[in-house]
Amino acid sequence: MRGIVAGVAAPLMQRNVDTDAIIPSREMKRVSREGLGEGLFANWRYTDLATREEAPDFVLNRKRYRNARILISGENFGCGSSREHAVWALADWGIGAVIAPSFGEIFQANCAQNGIVAVVLPEEQVDAIGAGAGRRELRLTVDLGACEVQGFGEKALPFSLKPRDREMILKGLDPIALTLSEHAAAIEAFEKSDRTARPWA
Amino acid sequence: MPRTLFDKLWDAHEVARTDDGQSLIAIDRIFLHERTGTLALQALEKAGRTIRRPERAFCVMDHIVDTKPGRPGLTRMPGGAEFITATREAAREAGIRLFDVDDPRQGIVHVISPELGIALPGLTLVCPDSHTCTVGGLGALAWGIGTTQAEHALATGTLRVERPATMRVTFNGRPDPAITAKDLILAVIAQHSAMGGLGCAVEFAGEAIDALGVEGRMTLCNMAIEFGAWTGMVAPNEDVFEYVSGREFSPRGALWNQALAAWRELNTDEGARFDRELELDCSALAPQVSWGTSPEHSIGVDAQVPEPSGEAGRREAMRRALDYMGLAPGQKMDELDIGAAFIGSCTNARLSDLRAAAAILDGRRVAGGVKAICVPGSMAVRAEAEAEGLHRVFEKAGFEWHESGCSMCFYAGGDGFGGLRAVSSTNRNFENRQGPGARTHLASPATVAASAVAGRLTDPRKLS
Repeated sequence: MRGIVAGVAAPLMQRNVDTDAIIPSREMKRVSREGLGEGLFANWRYTDLATREEAPDFVLNRKRYRNARILISGENFGCGSSREHAVWALADWGIGAVIAPSFGEIFQANCAQNGIVAVVLPEEQVDAIGAGAGRRELRLTVDLGACEVQGFGEKALPFSLKPRDREMILKGLDPIALTLSEHAAAIEAFEKSDRTARPWA
Repeated sequence: MPRTLFDKLWDAHEVARTDDGQSLIAIDRIFLHERTGTLALQALEKAGRTIRRPERAFCVMDHIVDTKPGRPGLTRMPGGAEFITATREAAREAGIRLFDVDDPRQGIVHVISPELGIALPGLTLVCPDSHTCTVGGLGALAWGIGTTQAEHALATGTLRVERPATMRVTFNGRPDPAITAKDLILAVIAQHSAMGGLGCAVEFAGEAIDALGVEGRMTLCNMAIEFGAWTGMVAPNEDVFEYVSGREFSPRGALWNQALAAWRELNTDEGARFDRELELDCSALAPQVSWGTSPEHSIGVDAQVPEPSGEAGRREAMRRALDYMGLAPGQKMDELDIGAAFIGSCTNARLSDLRAAAAILDGRRVAGGVKAICVPGSMAVRAEAEAEGLHRVFEKAGFEWHESGCSMCFYAGGDGFGGLRAVSSTNRNFENRQGPGARTHLASPATVAASAVAGRLTDPRKLS
């Protein structure tokens, strides 16, 4: 169901996880959005990049988290390079939502474009969820319709998302079609007046 | 009402407000490169969509092109040739201008867009590349986007954007003459963290900024993204206008005069309010180097590796960084031996950067065992440097002198600084960024040159 991500939460509790770490440049091997999951966190996930020998301690290699759907991490998750491949890699591996105290802005926008829910919660809550998910199998539900994280503690944890991002994910909207249908006249009018106002531009 | 520079740029481009709190912003220029832009062109074609204003879209090969002297191959990235051939085809199909590998105008996108007059004061410019904020140094409103957003910009000539908060960072005091734009921006990030500018359009101001040359302004704004900012900018001055005049795509004649009149209004009005204000005293700053794995892990080159401190998350990140970098608190930064030195990237590979490095390298030699490489930011920079004889200074000192491209700012397979401690004029010291296990210390070109000569991190003032 659109807007519902339910499953095991995996804790990657460090801050400033950059998009180079999420998918290193050399793992962007083809001109394609597909098949990037294999390169996800490659530098941390594999002890040998060539043979793909797994690092047993890396969170996504541990048995409990192999089918994780939700990633928990520290502040500024997805900072750095604008590569949308970071989002495509997470999605391809199976991650449908990331919960963190804050996100790199380009990454956050890229998530919305691809139906991944970037959930911002206060750092204390994120730390508590991360600790919980580290101790035992923690199954959470990120419900974008209700804007809640359910399954941790008694009460659901409310979060907010930019209205447009939320709608885009919930309804699977095509922003280009939307802009062209809603704003074609405004764009035409702007371009016309701009030719006079800024002919040098 | 008095307006900030950002307000003026935003207002001039706001096409419509949408009912969900966003604005539709007109995009004047779109730049693409072979690593992330090609997919946008392909997706548009597949969807049967056209580019609204193809004359305003540009493409360049920079990220994975071979920069070895003479460019013996297309790319040194295993399997990377597909990115180059697919980009050629997609740009041709789309009918947009491509600066290909053999074009004398080729170079790193954020270096060539100002050089060619494609980026200008007062324009909006986007590119699926996080360092697009570089050209905020000209007084443009420029920011990095994803590939899917690039499709939107190409197809509609606009982007949906939530209006960011405004922030002014004021640099107080007169810095030591050896302090460069790179040192200033590293100091700001160190002091206010890698997310200090999150959600903000940041204007850099103050005496030290007024005194910066045009290229320094671009270095400063380049790393606004490392500050977490949505973008960075500096109010353009006469030097900027002179810089952009006569460039290939700059306005001429009557249009130039109109542009100039408009550009002279591009500053923050007296009394305009910012949502946030930060200050930095730069009168006592030493040249900066990074010690850890985030640009916020930066410190004076004359200082010691810090002890993890602050709240738990920060301490933990510092411990992890020390471990990755193979450092212990208390070690002196200028006693760290290096194995590699790199001058290049959209941050610090313009002519003034190469001159600053060459001034230190002149008559000196790179220390034994240090792999030293200089990759000019564009083929035009390379040609200008060669006309001044700088290439001979670099080569005599023991630096490799390359063709232009992003090169070893990141490791795409092929060449890298895997396993080495490198001092680098680039922008990201992330784990493994310059190669598996590579330990990157960010610094200005002068500091990189001085360190290359000494074989360890070195204050450039000791060698000038």
